Formats: sequence, C-alpha cells, structure tokens
Amino acid sequence: MTATGDKRGFPLPSSVKVVPGTERAQAAYPYHIQFGPDDDKRFWFYNSMHFPEPMCSFDMVTAEAAYCALGAANTRVQCLPTTLGVDHRIINGRVYIGGNAVTDPAEVERRTVEFQKRAFYYYANWEKLYEQWKQKMLQLIQDAQALPKPALPEFEPLEHVHAGRGIASNHDLLVTYQKTLEGYFRMWHHHFEFLLLGYGAYLTFFGFCKKAFPEITDQTIARMVAGIEAEIFRPDDELRRLARHAVELNVDHHFQEGVKADEILESLRKAGEPGHRWLEELEKARDPWFNINVGDGFYHYHRGWNDDLSMPFAALPEYARRARAGETLDRQMEKLQAERAELIADYRELLATDEERAAYDQMIGLAHRVFPYVEGHKFYCEHWYTNLFFNKIREFGALLAESGFFAKEDDVFHLTHYELEAAIIDLMNAWSTGAPPRGPQYWPPIVAERKAAIAEWSKHRTPEALGPIPDVIDDPAIVMLWGITRETLDNWLSAGDDKNSNEVRGFAASSGVVEGTARIVKSVEEIGRLQSGDILVCPVTNPTWAPIFQKIKAAVSDIGGSMSHAAIVAREYGLPAVVGTGNATAKIKDGQRIRVDGGRGVVTLL
Amino acid sequence: MTGSRHISVFADLTLEDRPHVGGKGGSLGELTRAGIDVPPGFVVRTESFEHFIQALEREAPFRARVESLDADDLDTITAVCRELRARVEAAELPADLKSEILAAHAALGTAGQAPIVAVRSSATTEDASDASFAGLQDTYLWVMDPEDMLHKIRSCWASLYSVESVSYRLRHAFPEKDVAMAVVVQVMVDARTAGVMFTRSPTTGDRSVITIEGAWGLGSSVVGGEVTPDRWVVAKITGEIPVRDISDKAIRHAPSPTGGIVDVEVDADQRREACLSDEELQALRAIGRKVERHYGRPQDIEWAIDRHTNRILLLQSRPETVWSNKEAVPAATKAEDPLTHVMSIFGGRK
Repeated sequence: MTATGDKRGFPLPSSVKVVPGTERAQAAYPYHIQFGPDDDKRFWFYNSMHFPEPMCSFDMVTAEAAYCALGAANTRVQCLPTTLGVDHRIINGRVYIGGNAVTDPAEVERRTVEFQKRAFYYYANWEKLYEQWKQKMLQLIQDAQALPKPALPEFEPLEHVHAGRGIASNHDLLVTYQKTLEGYFRMWHHHFEFLLLGYGAYLTFFGFCKKAFPEITDQTIARMVAGIEAEIFRPDDELRRLARHAVELNVDHHFQEGVKADEILESLRKAGEPGHRWLEELEKARDPWFNINVGDGFYHYHRGWNDDLSMPFAALPEYARRARAGETLDRQMEKLQAERAELIADYRELLATDEERAAYDQMIGLAHRVFPYVEGHKFYCEHWYTNLFFNKIREFGALLAESGFFAKEDDVFHLTHYELEAAIIDLMNAWSTGAPPRGPQYWPPIVAERKAAIAEWSKHRTPEALGPIPDVIDDPAIVMLWGITRETLDNWLSAGDDKNSNEVRGFAASSGVVEGTARIVKSVEEIGRLQSGDILVCPVTNPTWAPIFQKIKAAVSDIGGSMSHAAIVAREYGLPAVVGTGNATAKIKDGQRIRVDGGRGVVTLL
Repeated sequence: MTGSRHISVFADLTLEDRPHVGGKGGSLGELTRAGIDVPPGFVVRTESFEHFIQALEREAPFRARVESLDADDLDTITAVCRELRARVEAAELPADLKSEILAAHAALGTAGQAPIVAVRSSATTEDASDASFAGLQDTYLWVMDPEDMLHKIRSCWASLYSVESVSYRLRHAFPEKDVAMAVVVQVMVDARTAGVMFTRSPTTGDRSVITIEGAWGLGSSVVGGEVTPDRWVVAKITGEIPVRDISDKAIRHAPSPTGGIVDVEVDADQRREACLSDEELQALRAIGRKVERHYGRPQDIEWAIDRHTNRILLLQSRPETVWSNKEAVPAATKAEDPLTHVMSIFGGRK
C-alpha cells in the first residue's frame, strides 16, 4: 500500500494521545501492541467490527490469540500469495489493525506455488477435512469441559496423599489456567484453519456476480450462497421447538411478556408433570445449543444463553403465542432450499453465454462446498468454546475474589492474562507459605483505575483510521474479513462533511423500507424494552438476537457487514436491516421515528 | 375491423409487418398479441402514404421536385421543402382513404364518444442513425377532433419533407420512391403517472435489474426531459428495490381541454411524493419481464397508469440497443481446474 497525495488524511498514530488519567491503564497492555514511532509509516484502521468497545485488559487475549492464528494461517500454513498476517495495536482501549501486503512480484510468485499446493489440497478435500475439524473442535470442547473448577482445599485431600500423587492442589491451579489459555490459543488456530479459504471461495463467486451483474445487491449474492441448515441457526430453531412444546404440554400460559426467566422457571417447576416435562426439554436444548452468547464472543460480558436466560426467554412468549395461534414455526427448509435453487437458476439464465454459465457453475459449486464452514465455525469457536473459556476464567475470578484480590469475580477481567497468571501464582504461593497473598493490597486500586479508564475511553470517539491513506486496498484478508475497501476510506474521510445530515448510512443488509419507532437497545438486559413493531437500534446485532427479530420491524446496528449473521437473520425474517452504520446508537434517539431503507443502507431520522 | 390495404389494427400486426407499419406499429401489434395491456389503436400503413403521394403526383409533380434538387443548394432546398410540406399539409386525403381512417378512428371510441388519440410517426427502419433523415420523432398528443387527427397524420408525413430530411436523402442518394412512413393512431391514456422502463441498467448494462423512471401526469414530461423523474432500480429476479431516488417534480403534463398537452404545476404536497407505489413497481417489473421474455432481449418501454382505472398500460416497447450492440466481455470463462478461479481473489491485482 502506498500513500497518495490526498489532502484529506487520517491522524498519525503518534498524534493520538492517551486520554489524560488513563496512562497507567494504557501501559498495562503488552509492550508489543503499543504504538511506536515506526507505526506512523503504515495505515491502520479501528477494528470496530470485532472490538466495538474499549477492551478490558484480559479480553485483549482474544486479539492476541486470534491474530497469532490468523497470521500463521496466512503467512506460514496456506501461504497466501499477496498477504501475510494482520498486526494489531491498542490505544485508549481501541484495537487498530493493519495488513502486511506482499508486493514483490517474485515473492508473490514463490508464494503462489506454495499456496496452490496447500490451499488447493484443502479445497479438494474440503468435506473430509471439515469433518475432521469438527471432531477436533468437539475434542477441544470436551477437554475444556473436563478442566476442574479451580479450588484450594485447606489440606490436600487424603486420597491424593495416599495415592502418592506427589503434586499439591496449588499446582493444579497453574495447570488448569495454562491449559485454559492454551486451549483458547489452539481454538483460534482451528478457527482460521479454513476461514480465509472459505471466504476466498465465496468472494470469488461474489466478484464474478458483481462483474456479470454490476448492480446486484450484496444480499442477493449472499442469499444464493447462504446455507440453510448451519449450526448457527439451531439455537433459534430450538426456541421455536420449545415454544411448540409448551403449547403441546399446555404450559404456554406461563410465558408472558415482561416476566423474568427465573420466575417463569419457578412457575413451571410448580406446574406438575407437564411443567417438568418442558423443563426436561429445555435441558436437552441447552446442551449444546444454548452455548451461544449474546455478542460476538469477544468480550467477557457477552454472556451465553446458558448463563443468562433472559435473551431466549424474551423470545418465548411471542413464539408460544404464535404456536398457540396455529402457526407453523418451523423454518421451512425445503421451501428455503427451493427458493435458493430458483434464485441461482434465474440469475444463471441472465448470463450472456454458456461459457459464463459454466464458470458460474464452477464458482457457486465451490462456494456451496466451503460455506458450511464459514457459517458453522462460529457456533463452535466464538460461541461454545469462548463461553467455556470466559467462564473458566470467571471461576478463577471467583477464587481470587474470595481471597480478597478484588471485590467481584468479573473484576478478574481487568487483569491481563499475564497478570492473571502472576495473581494465581501469588495465591498458590500464599497457600503454600500459609501467609496471606499480596494481591489484596496490590490489585484493588489497579482494578478501580482500569475500570475508570474503560468508562473514560468509552466516552471518546476514536478515529476510524490512522496513518497514510493507501491508494488501494487489495489485501484479500482485510477485504474479506473486514470488508474495508478504498471506498470505505473515502466514506470515513468525508464523514465530517455532513454532520447535520438527518441520515445515518451503513451497509445494505436486507432490503425493504419501513418507518417506525426506534428502540435503542445497548445490551441484552434492555431487550425487554422492545415492543412489537419497534425498530431495533443496537451496537452490534448477532445471531443470538435472532429470536427477537420476530417482534421487530427492522434492525439497525453500529457494527457489522452485509455478510454478518445479523444480516443473514434479517434476510431470513424478511426484515429491512442496515448494519455497520458506525454511530446509529449515538445519533438516533430512543423513541424517535425513523425510516429504514435496507436496500440502500440508509436510515433517515424523521 | 381488419384487413384493409391502408390500415391495420394492432391485434393484426406482428414485428414481421414492420416494413409497412414501422417499428412502433409492429411492436404495438406484437405486444397486443402477447396479451400485454396496450391502449387500442391502428396503424396508417405505408401504403396509405403511397396512395396519398400518388394523388398529389396527379395534381402536380411531387417526388421529381426533390430528385431535381442539388444537395449543395440550400436556398432552393429550403424553398422547395416549404412548398412540398404545404402541399402535404393542405391536401385532402383521397376519399377512400379518408373514410377508412375515420371509420377506424370511430371504432376506437366508446359509448358514442369520439376517442382521444395520440398520433405518432412510426419509422420503417430499425437503424437509429437513419432516424435523422426523417422527422421520425413526431408525436401529437391528446388529439380530440377527427379532422384534426387527419391533419396530424399529414403533419407526420410532411415531416419527411423537412430541410434536414431532404438534405440527408440527397447527400446519400436515397431514392425518393422508397421514402415511406407509417403513422400510429392510439387511444390516449389519461395518466396519473407515466414514464419509461428499461429491462437492463442503462448505466451499467446489468441485465439483472430493471430501471424505472416515472413522473406525475403524462409520460411526455419524462420522455421530453422536462421533469426530473423519480427513479427506481428494481432487481429483476428478486424484486428488491435497492435504489429509490424520489425527485422534486414541479410540473406534470396534463391534457388541455381544447386538445394537446399543457404544463400544470404539481401540488406542493405531491411534488416530493413517490409517483409509484411498491405494488405498482412490482407490477411493472412483472410486465417488464414478460415483455423481455416475449422478445428474447432487453427492452426500452413506455408505460402509463390510467388515472381512472389504475391499470398499467404499455404505450411502446423497443429493443434496447446501446448495450446490446456492445461487445460483451465475459465475467469469467470455464476453467480447466475450477479451483484456479480463486486466484482472482488470492492472486492479487492483475
């Protein structure tokens, strides 16, 4: 990427100052992800898609593990010809990333040879390798589930002693912690094993469609490729099943709008045999399908359904009402499949020549083969495994909180994973010496300081990008995973030009135009405020929010691309959606009337 | 009524008849026969024109006057053209022709009322570059009186003797005996909204979209470029509407009580209102697809929605020519190894 003479520009990394008073919190992030002088020469952009909020110290492990694995796949394993890995930096809690393009033609040539030996093998053996991948992931999940809850008994259990175990329980803490961390890093390698190849095959077809049909919408191409039975749809499917079951068992009247999940569960427990039978069904659904979290899994506070039933239970009353009214709640797989096949055939017919049709068949064939992974991996990685991971860390948090290191278990996430290991060893040491740990004196003020820093940082907007403007973005990793193009940069550069506009623009995710009342929902706790017919305006939509799509009229989000799962779900529900607006939750007021044009990606404030 | 040598109703025509009824006439026939809602009408065939010119020749030499002109003598051309046009405009139609046209016209009326019609020239040549050689764009709207209709037919014919047309023919040594013109007479639609529709993108040539432009009132305001129309891009297959540009439509074309078209100011509250509903856009999409399928190629269509019945009617459909005549570069071709397609993404900029 070379710089252009564009007079407009992004600030240099060196010109972005740490917010006064938060210097120590900033310094707590590892040294290698702090901006340095050389970084001014490169282009960086704010990864608001994955990290839309300031990062707690611990949560940065996700960036560290993910970029280690992504880079390894690109640079060393598949050997993508034109790109290496993605660098990351953090300032004021915001994660900036930059690509490493390969531009020397001889090097591209050398890597192309390697790439074709590796990637083409994956494509050719996709199904077999993907099946193997699932087994690896299930094993990894099983291993994580098998890790013991960290605890320190007063005396080593007698059976350990008699068995001649030879290691004491404080060592188990370290083993469990390191295995937890190791598992998370490993999971991210699995995550990226196929991902770029999957997206690449999809984008190959996408690029062809854009060339053959310059005005085709992104969402139409997505509909031609999107899977119908991907794992990510299962949690919502399970809810519908549970709602139908509630009607069959005649316990659906327990599901009323506004009643808390705990109260509903309690009333079902008292509802005799039918209530118990429903609760048994719930338990079946929960493992594994409620291992889905309410965000993208990148923040410790994106809790899973299993940890917080308010999301799934917010959806049950409406599903139950519809089931009672005799509606078929099942997603009609055959119908959806037939529609997809028809769409593919109709576009095929519009192509000019048989030669083009043959190329179209080849490309969509490959896209269909790879897509189950692209859609399916999220359930295993970002949801199921990530939930287990954060919950295990939370157990360490509980143990440390019990020992006075800080007030609440979740405070543990204000330590980096390096610091957490030190705190655990502090506790191990204290247990072994019999003296009190040092942590209770050391950590509380630091945790308080970092909490304050997160709160402070979230009040400040951060530049979308930093450094010299590249004349073109042709790094396939950046384009594929973040959808950032030169056009995106121009939008960022001109964003200041229309401050007074009554429009909010984003990606056209699902077409249709509706007007209605905006309901700003910043977290899952506020889901209950949504009334039927509202327009959901939220920071980040996520497949786990799918169940509430049944009661809203349209969706608008700050973060997300047209291939995000939110977009997929919106299309499935036939709702207009505009995603990736950047600032809809800030610009739109709760209760305001807005018009959502999902086909153009425009929200108008009325 | 059918089968006169001079006149054909739309239902009797196909594209095969173009040499005698022109492109417009043939297309209206084709549409009518394909079951598309088209306002009824008839074509005054080229034979009528020939019959009329022969009558003029009997009074005084007519075509010879053109043939004797010098292509470089603009003064003489101007004088002769003026004279010939005056003769065409003033001459009575031969009695048999006149009564046939009047009968066909009367048959278009309902409940004893004389029909209100549009009179348009219909070129017998498909080649757009030849359009300049005759006044082929002549259109007279909201013609209320039968005598006036006859006059407008002669006006269409007279346009063949404009200075531009005649000069063009002289320069290209085009034989005068081959000069002919058909004229379409069609019942007018009192349009609430009207406009045009292309069954491919006029800007990118994309065959997967339909571009619809419309404005309040008669479509002449859109075709003539007097109003910036509302514009929609509708996905041909899915019906998605990714582009909606609603413009400020200050005026509309409306029928004048005395015949012809007048500009009427649009009410303030209607100016920025979309002139088509989503249902109407989808109905137009369906019609566009049907017509395109019928012809087997993208079409450029004029349509109108009847103010009284809300019916969508097509006034014209012609093949799209700009993109169809371009050499299309294939988006991709079949690969020996399908996997090599991914190099378009992974291989870097070519």
